[in-house]
Amino acid sequence: MTLNQLSLDDRLGLDRYEIDEQSHISVDHSCCESCEIKPCLTVCPAAVYVWAGNKVAIRYENCLECGTCTVACEGGGEGGIDWRPPQGGYGIIFRYG
Amino acid sequence: MVDGLETRLAAGKVKVDKFDVVIVGAGPAGATAAYLLAKAGLTVVVIERGQEPGSKNVSGGLIYAQIYDEIFPRFWDEAPVERAIAGHSVVFLGKKSATAMDFRDQALEPPYNSFSVLRAKFDPWLAARAEEAGAMVMPGFTVDDLVVENGRVHGVRAGGDELHADVVIVAEGTRSQLLKQAGLREDYAPKDVSIGIKEVIQLPEQTITDRFQCLSAGEGAAYTLVGHTAGAEGGGFIYTNRDTLSVGVVAKIDSVYRTKRQPHEILDEFKSHPFVTRLIHGGEVVEYSAQTVHRGGFHLIPQLYGDGYVVAGSAARLLLNNVMTLRGMDVAVASASAAAEAIIDAKAKDDFSAEGLASYDQYFKETSVYKDMQTFKDAYPLLENKRLFHQYPEMICSIMEDMFSVSTRPGKKGYRALRDQMKEYDVSFLDLAKDMYQISKGVVI
Repeated sequence: MTLNQLSLDDRLGLDRYEIDEQSHISVDHSCCESCEIKPCLTVCPAAVYVWAGNKVAIRYENCLECGTCTVACEGGGEGGIDWRPPQGGYGIIFRYG
Repeated sequence: MVDGLETRLAAGKVKVDKFDVVIVGAGPAGATAAYLLAKAGLTVVVIERGQEPGSKNVSGGLIYAQIYDEIFPRFWDEAPVERAIAGHSVVFLGKKSATAMDFRDQALEPPYNSFSVLRAKFDPWLAARAEEAGAMVMPGFTVDDLVVENGRVHGVRAGGDELHADVVIVAEGTRSQLLKQAGLREDYAPKDVSIGIKEVIQLPEQTITDRFQCLSAGEGAAYTLVGHTAGAEGGGFIYTNRDTLSVGVVAKIDSVYRTKRQPHEILDEFKSHPFVTRLIHGGEVVEYSAQTVHRGGFHLIPQLYGDGYVVAGSAARLLLNNVMTLRGMDVAVASASAAAEAIIDAKAKDDFSAEGLASYDQYFKETSVYKDMQTFKDAYPLLENKRLFHQYPEMICSIMEDMFSVSTRPGKKGYRALRDQMKEYDVSFLDLAKDMYQISKGVVI
């Protein structure tokens, strides 16, 4: 496989996660209605935020915990994302980092 | 007592005795502060949300060694560093060509300038130094909140438990969630924060040594690349580890959503450049990661302390970016060591109010890191200059191409080549003059 053929899902499939049953991300969907740019749909490196017809769906289990979404949402969107770190030991586990 | 605490905290039932210092985060800042404070005889607990120190941490991967060496002499003899960096290259990427400026230390020997590291290996080593000095390191616990009463931080809340301390060191990394929740920091502007995305690409150790012209497996190279980032303002990096490469892009968050290109697409574009393809050829991607990176800026240094708390490392948005070097992990250590000195002072006076902790500022201002941030304060606007990322890399390559090409068409002298490229890329003499001024003010004069 040449390097450029990796899809995003291929890449996420390489990573190790301890997936929590509960999402550590919640979105106030009323904010999204007035949000023109919807930066979260673009900036997330794991495409956690996906537009599902009329609202944002959250694939929290893919989260790389980088913090980009909240910065983009507060400054470029409407501030509807509430991101908390997953509970201890859960979430992404980098083996290289 | 020591062994029982972890279990008791995990059970969430027993109130734990007060510590001198609670540290949130076992990265370079947290672990260094813990090491110094435990060595000075204070009772210290470090709470880390990863299963192991380092398991939540990502960085491009270079640590500058001198500041570490002061605290952990000759750390490179023991610490799991990857390669000592002998070669530094700045590369401008054109459409299908590249122009590089190479520096190479031909006699690599201690004290080294920098090393490549992988955080999941390096951070546990640092945390173990803190433990050896007597600090308690508790991984696997997320701090949910700071305990704040009447504006004073008294401790942290983790898993329904409260842990009290004279002072809390907030060393939780770039997103600085706790300070945000407690209303102790401003929101970050997307233009002041970048996203870093990275792949770790595996190659045989000998292949890396040969391909990057290293003399041995202990020697490595670092590339900073400008251009070919899908319209986003930022740059790429390639660092050699032992048997992997760290390959990635750092781009300003606002520019990412303006381009409407997802971060992994920007990374794909970067990796598709022939210069990059050649270096990563045959490798296998073994990890995909991302992290926010503060843009750094002298004027963005926040208030570093308050009643009952101090902030260190990336949580205080401390980062030095002068285009040639991007420094976070040594800045973190310098701020942590200044914070530790201030806490030792505060302990002697038994005053952990903002006033009692104010010497942190003084100590930090004495560090070389602070002075460097001041020296390079005018490099900050460079990251906003779109021509630096979009036009100039291609122009430089086109001019070089003009200079080296011999064809049946008449050749050009340098000035003519420059003028033609300026026309091609719609850059006026005034633009060029302004940009030259900005660059020289930022990093030259």
